[in-house]
Amino acid sequence: MKRAPDRGRPYTIVGIALLALMLFPVYWMVNASLQPTGSTLQGGWFPFHPDPSGYATALRDQGRNLVTSLVVALGSVALSLGLAAPAAYALARFNLRGTNLVLLGILITQMVPGIVVANALYSAYNELGLLNSYLGLILADSTAGIPFAIIIMCSFMRSIPREIIEAARVDGAGRLRVFRSVVLPVSTNALITAAVFTFLFTWSDFLFALTLTTTETVRPITLGVYQYIGAHTTDWNAIMATTVMASVPAAVLLVVAQRYVATAATDGATK
Amino acid sequence: MRSRSRPVADLSPILPRGTGQDDSAVAAGGRAAPRARLGERSAQWMFIVPAAAYLLLFFGYPIVKNVVMSFQQYTATTFYTGAAPFVGLQNYSDILSSDLFPKTLLTTVLFTAGSITGQFVLGLAFALFFRRRFPLGGVLRSLLLLPWLLPLVVSGTTWKWMLDPDTGVVNAALRSLHLSSSGIPWLTGTSQALLSVILINIWVGIPFNTAILYGGLQNIPPHVYEAAKLDGAGPLASFRHVTWPLLRPTVSVVLVLGVVYTVKVLDIILVVTGGGPADATETIATQSYELSFQQFDFGRGAAMSNVLIVISLAFAIVYLRADRRARTV
Repeated sequence: MKRAPDRGRPYTIVGIALLALMLFPVYWMVNASLQPTGSTLQGGWFPFHPDPSGYATALRDQGRNLVTSLVVALGSVALSLGLAAPAAYALARFNLRGTNLVLLGILITQMVPGIVVANALYSAYNELGLLNSYLGLILADSTAGIPFAIIIMCSFMRSIPREIIEAARVDGAGRLRVFRSVVLPVSTNALITAAVFTFLFTWSDFLFALTLTTTETVRPITLGVYQYIGAHTTDWNAIMATTVMASVPAAVLLVVAQRYVATAATDGATK
Repeated sequence: MRSRSRPVADLSPILPRGTGQDDSAVAAGGRAAPRARLGERSAQWMFIVPAAAYLLLFFGYPIVKNVVMSFQQYTATTFYTGAAPFVGLQNYSDILSSDLFPKTLLTTVLFTAGSITGQFVLGLAFALFFRRRFPLGGVLRSLLLLPWLLPLVVSGTTWKWMLDPDTGVVNAALRSLHLSSSGIPWLTGTSQALLSVILINIWVGIPFNTAILYGGLQNIPPHVYEAAKLDGAGPLASFRHVTWPLLRPTVSVVLVLGVVYTVKVLDIILVVTGGGPADATETIATQSYELSFQQFDFGRGAAMSNVLIVISLAFAIVYLRADRRARTV
């Protein structure tokens, strides 16, 4: 597969063309968000005269929902890592009877449609007063992150050299101490990957936002966008400005945490 | 796929536990008294208990509750009176015998099959393309992940705007190229709407398929290709006799996960068409949502979502069996 760079150039051109085609919707979203109100009907191909009024409207209407999404997503990251990291360690390194059962359970969670969870949680939440609450959403949204985090971290923690852990044990460190001062620091990469994806899963959640909130008090941005399309089909620039803002975390994480994102896709599915 | 194709997993490679992995056994000592050993074991379990409790509460309980609800008349009044009379198989016979069900089932099958085929074929094409080394290849490959990382509501909204029959850019482009004078009713035509939703879902799923298949291709040792080349195999022959057989395990993962995730897709359809026009894009998942959360008939909604679980479970079992047989032959 080694080729002189010159021979690769046509591939680069084809590659850029393919990517431009694939990413056109993203460009079009940004372009539409910068058009002035009303004139989006014609909507030019390029935002020659970028108009920020769409963003002003979007921030006024949806700013609060963005903050809500951020709080819920960060809460879900904390909960997911907090529960998944110790479990992944135990599943990877302790020979406990029942480990297979837990792993099988995690496999089964992948087949459970979100609507099944939402169906049952609605009545439970209704009784517990968790509808329209941050805690309720954080708990429900973590259904995507926790199994994923366990799988990613478990496969990583299996690869930690045994000697490192044994050395700490011989030095007299307790189980918790080994976990906190040896295992976690060594597993930083896996922790970051798990955190990035848990954040994105929760940030993108739509189903639980739709079913487990009924008022405006706790409304994530995804639901905000959905209701925006229902209400103002004329202000497309504001709608598209909201979608651009809702895409920021994905774009930022793709750039900043690119190597974690790229490896997680393959690791999660094949390891 | 997913279509939020969540990148979780084939657990089979991690299920067989390695021997001698137990780090605690070292310190606990082989001859520890039974009581100390018990203490050690229960202390180890404390690492798992919180996560296991969560999984039981947020997956175990909903599954059981859903099964129970599906045999009950569980409606809006239940929330006031607390009464949910047991009705046996009534909910199942209602949904299965409704006029809409055969159509919904067919739509679900078409949506899933169409999405998976498109995502897989295009994803494989992209993966094969990016396998070659060329300037900027790595950067372009990672940028390709963007559609998969965006919230589905965002993708759905953008596509809805692009496919708008009057003001959308797709019809504008078709008109300016004189391919269609009146424009295509992408979202408003009963036969076009399903196609549109499938195309959007393919777009969302390509990156995930590409990423996994690319990973699978990277694991094929280069010397196998060199050997095939020495035997006089052209590009097509080497794909058929080298790439495809060695990629089979990865292909199975992609397809099983793809179907399991696609069957339950809700977000894209709700945002883009809302199940319409005239129920043309209504799937089992959207029906389940509507029964429970719009008609507040949780009993039937639960029954419908159980049908969904049965379908994806049946598919996974049948496919994995067939695949194992194909591999052992």
